[in-house]
This record gives sequence, structure tokens and C-alpha cells, in this order.
Amino acid sequence: MRRADILREIAPVIRDHLVVCNIGIPSQELHGIDDQPTNFYMLGTMGLCSSIGLGLVLVQDKPVIAIDGDGSILTNMGTLATIGNNGSGNLILLVVDNGAYGSTGDQPTYTGMRTDLAGVARASGCENVHDVPGAEAGKAIEAALAAGGTHVIVAHCESGSEKHPPITLDPVVIRHRFMEAVKA
Amino acid sequence: MSIHKRIADDMAGAGIGFVTTVPCKQLAGVIAELETRDDMRHVPCNKEDEGMGLCAGAFMGGTKPAIIMQNTALGVTVNTLATLTQFYRMPLPMLISYRGELGEPIACQVEMAVHTKPLLQMMGIPTYHLHKQSDVEELPAILKYCFMSNKPVAILTDATFWGGY
Repeated sequence: MRRADILREIAPVIRDHLVVCNIGIPSQELHGIDDQPTNFYMLGTMGLCSSIGLGLVLVQDKPVIAIDGDGSILTNMGTLATIGNNGSGNLILLVVDNGAYGSTGDQPTYTGMRTDLAGVARASGCENVHDVPGAEAGKAIEAALAAGGTHVIVAHCESGSEKHPPITLDPVVIRHRFMEAVKA
Repeated sequence: MSIHKRIADDMAGAGIGFVTTVPCKQLAGVIAELETRDDMRHVPCNKEDEGMGLCAGAFMGGTKPAIIMQNTALGVTVNTLATLTQFYRMPLPMLISYRGELGEPIACQVEMAVHTKPLLQMMGIPTYHLHKQSDVEELPAILKYCFMSNKPVAILTDATFWGGY
């Protein structure tokens, strides 16, 4: 199971929710698999998917699903402390952990070696941390949505990406339609 | 009224409801003031680019954001300012302590001070430098301008503005 298989499987679960999706191939895959106005695609800015999701969840009531990656979390590890200490919203942080920098050619990250992101999340103060195989990501998101509150789901899968074209939507269009969806 | 309360009042008056901060000695009073208020949500961040991500989320959630940071952090936020704040056209008032100016006791702070205005200018970021404490009178207009233009705007506050060390 690769990242795109997880995205395809969770698409029906996340379709009607606000989604912030990580830079690069993850956004291209989600855009190709199930483009929705409720999806905010990051076109740049490595590492900030979880931060955007947290900022969003702290100022309004709808749940937010941030689809992040292991490489991206590693570049902004402090985000887990900020999430762990500001858990007053309905944030679901899904970390697709494939042990690789997928957008740059699957170079290995440290999570494929000794680093355990679920352990880091727990040690950072995050309360509801779920370490699951990729095939259970959809079920974990459904359960987190039903329970409410802040959840960190680390879903493990193999590295490798699907071919989807780059997103050519203008960033202001992505932002505008997403903000309309937030208000709706 | 203290300068710290006045700045916080002006921020709330501009409709700002979400503020993230990385501390600086010069900004301690404003940050302490934020902690006492319930009209703005204060979320400390660990690094300024993370804070700009939080602000982008808050803005898309319908709340006007602001970041309070030191000028040395411009070095770690250039990519975020260009590819997130500016690329998606989001407003972001940045209240920045301008370390390394007159009265600075730490030589290393001067090294980023000399790059501060050139970096901001290179990035096309409107920049206002508050030097005398009376310059704070312009803050409401600067904040209004920021949210009118949907741009990051830098408000540099030096040691003279804060009354020295």
C-alpha cells in the first residue's frame, strides 16, 4: 500500500470535511483522485501543513483533517508540541509515514530508521495518538471524527508515488474556494 | 496607558483575533499583555515560519491574524513569506523587534539588522519603522493598510522605540 492507495481509500471519509494537504505529490495525488473545494492544496512551503490545519481549527468549529507526511513533520517537529499544548479544536493530523521524501525521489527519512513519530507526538503532549497500518487510516479518521478533539494518526505505508499532473489552479482560487467552503 | 497595552488595543481594534509569538526581550511587555486578554487568542509558536503557517490557517478560518517576532527570524521565513503568505495573497501584520540598532549591546544582532530592510525591500514587503514612541500613532493605519492590501506588512520597532535596554 502506497500513499495514493490511502488517499483513495479515505477520500469518501474526508470528502465533506475541511482538508489541508501537504506540498508536492501528496496534493497532486489528492487533487487527481478527488478534487474538492474543501481541499486546501499547498503548492509550496515544506513543513507547514499541520500548522495551517491547527491555525484553522483554533478559530472556527468545523473539524479539519491535515494530511501531512513524515518528511514534512520532521522539518517542523515543533508543530507536535504546539498541537499538544493547544488541543482545543477538532484537528485530525494524518501523517502518512512512508519513510521517504516522496516528492523528491523517495530518499529515506529517519522515520524508516530509528525515529518513531507516534512516540514523538506522545512525548510532545498530544493525547490521542494512533499508530496504524495504512489500510486502517480511513477507519481511524472516522473514529476520530466521531470522538471529536485533537487526534494524531500515524499511518504507515510503502514509499512510492502515483503520476498525477501538477496542480495548475491559481493559488488565490484555491484559497478563495476553500474559504467559501469554511464559511458554508 | 503603557505602550504594550496600547499596541495590543490597536491590534484588537483592527479586528485581529489570533496572535502567534516568538519572544524577544523588547517584545516581552506586549506578549505579557496578550496573555492577560481574552479578545485575542495567543498561541506561542516554536519558530516563525511555523507561526506564519498558523496565521495562514487562522486567516482562512475567518480570523485576522498577526505575528510578533524578532528581525533575526526573517532569515528563516523568506520561503514561507514568498510561497504561502504572498503566493496565496494573505494579509499578515508582522510586529518585529528591530534588534541590532542604536543601543544594541550584542554585536551579533547587528549582523541581521543590516540585512533586515534590504530583505524586506527585496521581497516587496511594505515596511514601517517605528523609532520614536510617538510613532505608534501610525499603528492603526498600518494594520488597516495590511488587511486592505492582503499583504504581509513589516512593523519594525527598534530599541529607541521601546525606551532602550
